[in-house]
Amino acid sequence: MALLPRPKGPRWLSLPLGIGLMVVVFWLLATLLAPQMTSYDPMDMVARRLQPPSWQHFLGTDALGRDVFTRTLYGARHSLPIAVIVVCLSLTVGAFLGAISGFLGGVADNAIMRLVDITLSFPPMLLAMAVAAGLGPGLGNAAIAMVIVWWPVYARLMRAQVLEVREREHVEAAVAAGASRPRILLKHILPLCWTPVLISATMDLGQVILLAASLSFIGLGATPPTPEWGSMISEGAAQFYSWWVAFGPGAAILTIVLGFNFIGDALHDHFDPRSK
Amino acid sequence: MTRYILRRLFAMPFLVLGIVTLAFLLTTLTKGDPLTAIVSERQMNDPTVIAAAKARWGLDRSLPERYVIYVGNLVTGDMGTSFITRRAVAQDILFRLPATMELVIAAMIIGSTIGIALGVLAAYFRNTATDHFARLFALFGSSVPVFWLGLALLFVFSVKFGILPGPGRMDARLPLPDEITGFLTIDALLAGDLRVFIDALWHLILPAFVLGWSVAGTISRLVRANMLEVLGREFILTARAKGAGEMRVVLRHALRNTLVPTLTVIGYSFAYLLTGAILTETIFSWPGMGSYAVSAARGLDFPAIIGVTIVGGVVFLITNLITDIAYVIANPRVKLG
Amino acid sequence: MNHTETGVPLFEVKDLRVSFGRSETQLEAVRGISLTVNNGEVLGIVGESGSGKSIGMLAALGLQPETATVSGSVRFKGKELVGLSRRELRKLRGSRVAMIFQDPLSSLNPVMTIGAQITEALQLHNDQLSNKAALERAEELLKLVAIPQPDRRLSQYPHEFSGGMRQRVMIAMAVANDPDLLIADEPTTALDVTVQAQIMEVLADLQERLNLGLILITHDLGVLAGHADRVAVVYAGQIVEQASIDDLFAAPSHPYTRGLIASIPDMTADRERLFSIEGMPPALGRLPVGCAFHPRCPMCQEVCRTTAPLFRGNQKHEAACHFAELAEGGR
Repeated sequence: MALLPRPKGPRWLSLPLGIGLMVVVFWLLATLLAPQMTSYDPMDMVARRLQPPSWQHFLGTDALGRDVFTRTLYGARHSLPIAVIVVCLSLTVGAFLGAISGFLGGVADNAIMRLVDITLSFPPMLLAMAVAAGLGPGLGNAAIAMVIVWWPVYARLMRAQVLEVREREHVEAAVAAGASRPRILLKHILPLCWTPVLISATMDLGQVILLAASLSFIGLGATPPTPEWGSMISEGAAQFYSWWVAFGPGAAILTIVLGFNFIGDALHDHFDPRSK
Repeated sequence: MTRYILRRLFAMPFLVLGIVTLAFLLTTLTKGDPLTAIVSERQMNDPTVIAAAKARWGLDRSLPERYVIYVGNLVTGDMGTSFITRRAVAQDILFRLPATMELVIAAMIIGSTIGIALGVLAAYFRNTATDHFARLFALFGSSVPVFWLGLALLFVFSVKFGILPGPGRMDARLPLPDEITGFLTIDALLAGDLRVFIDALWHLILPAFVLGWSVAGTISRLVRANMLEVLGREFILTARAKGAGEMRVVLRHALRNTLVPTLTVIGYSFAYLLTGAILTETIFSWPGMGSYAVSAARGLDFPAIIGVTIVGGVVFLITNLITDIAYVIANPRVKLG
Repeated sequence: MNHTETGVPLFEVKDLRVSFGRSETQLEAVRGISLTVNNGEVLGIVGESGSGKSIGMLAALGLQPETATVSGSVRFKGKELVGLSRRELRKLRGSRVAMIFQDPLSSLNPVMTIGAQITEALQLHNDQLSNKAALERAEELLKLVAIPQPDRRLSQYPHEFSGGMRQRVMIAMAVANDPDLLIADEPTTALDVTVQAQIMEVLADLQERLNLGLILITHDLGVLAGHADRVAVVYAGQIVEQASIDDLFAAPSHPYTRGLIASIPDMTADRERLFSIEGMPPALGRLPVGCAFHPRCPMCQEVCRTTAPLFRGNQKHEAACHFAELAEGGR
């Protein structure tokens, strides 16, 4: 039975990966080139208010007569950079503390890990809300709140990696050769720890976009009139019967998160063949 | 095993204290006068209110002293007074907790049913169209913002087609059953009022589905992976060689072997459900903790936000503890780290 | 029940082929196997792992993986099994034809009690059987395979049994419905040597008592000695030699068979190292041209590299080797 040929190749895998990459690239382009991709200004009243979708306004106009399509494109300029910044900051903080925790052990390990445990024992959205509310509305504050919620994930992951790599033979060899501790950590351990952490970070980009939009939706992130997807949906909720107002930003979030999830899934399957 | 459970139980008070401490630190996070975190703006000009608040929370004392007072107040169940409702936060939360629980539990039932069904189908028909559809459906659920999905489904099913009721827990024209459990469906049944029961259930469907779908993806992914592993084991062949039908092979032999990890992931998905409930409740005007937290956050009602955060953290902690212990009990051969 | 009288053999396989994959890249794991088992007869099928012996027998009962395509003919008591509906096959499996597998550690369901697994086998083929009656019968079956304290054992889980005991349970489960044919796929491979002998004893005893047709699949020709009536040697998805066990040991005609005999561990002789056939069996889809065995064959000639050999000999003893007679003579 062991020698049965496996069903051929992950043909299905490459398709979602391709779609995921395409979607993400599209939104990256929107981030960089939004003004070139539309002829309207996101803040201008360009038509009568609450017009349904038409050839002039693909996604209609909102309660102030602004073009929803334009605002959705410009929305990428907020969501994407915020997500990247939050993930990068969390990764830096988390990986640093996690690596220290795993490498040093003892008191430092205990202190950091208890902080991780406590932070992770809050439902993430709730903690982010509380912090964001404490700091006051604004995308910057929301970003700080998200970093506070997110870093423990990477700390835990990084610590586990360091603990595992530390036991490998080449590290023992370096120790026997008399390498200094910082050198062992930086040269011999950390380079082998990044793969799973970075995969997880890619997958998290989508989740962070969702969280940021959620905070904006309840009024704790971006504030009107910023064309941020979450707050646009919030405006759309107020214009419940003009469904198109919320459609654009919602579809934007859905596609980009789906895109990141596709990519993350493909990476995950690639590095963990068991799940095929 | 007993040692593990005892150790976990022993750690609980410390974790709760950690949650409280972190929440306390959040109150000091607010810019400027910590009074703004306790007294609403309108009352800021009232010297008696301010003096009372300062005395109660020890605001003119040092940070450590204030911490002790804060924890002391919490122990007696005092979480302060909400600016918005003007009632004790603890009371508000207690009043709203059942609605959230009812929603979350309903969502959990729907989410795990969808998740398990999709996971089993995807594994059994792996690499076929069924598998791809199931995976896509699951992925969609965890990618879509629940607040947008809620809006969209409300619009389609309630406004366009009028099949399902609008927001809220029940039709306001119906008599409210006596509150016993706080679960409207159960209270209606206890009161013997079938009409209210059906109406409450009818109102529950859409929000619970929206919320449940968001966790179905995680569950189905895990069930699929586990089912794939189990379906490849030899005892599955034994079952087929016995003459068991495919239904029996899949449900009785394979699925039962994936039960423990499945229950575990369902337990852990509770956190996502709590998070999702915050937004779902807002969309569906669901009078639970989530919509309370949102209106508190919008109105910068700090005692309420902190109160909800602490309660949310503790609820989360308890469900995770139960899940972990259940896992150990169900799986006595598991290696404990 | 004796079908030999009417001339219909119990189990007859003709030109069975099993292949995997789509048509362009089809890989044949079983390349035309034909064999016959009569009532109460013990047929040994021997070959290296990956030779297709297990997959062939699984496919005969419709238990092949979904990616496999099966062709040829498999008749059980004259009834064609290839292409039979799933429902009909299910009725047969576990009642008239039973199977046991190599690894008793993994072939029992870890989350079901032994009792539940045996009664399931019983009740699947008898709706009328009450739970109580099924449990009583299960206890009897455990007694039959010499498991001590059968009443207590019924409520235990597989992990509470030793490997040998588990294989006994598998055997008990297999004979639960008094089958006519039992296919045992490497029943002793995963067990300790001492336990192997006990399990073979149990199997042989039941075979005789129940007049079972028995197919013993193994990679170890030594296991068959003293147990099998006839032996089919399989290499790379084809039978290369078929004979009664005595003839096979006395006059092996295929060089592969001789290699297998030479590699039986000899308890009496004081050999330093076990003999083993050089090289590896060919991978699926990498079959050599000509005789599949030629790259490993010590007596390979030019003709072996170009032309696949046909069977030589008679019904009682046949071998697929260009030099079958020569091999016999040159021994």
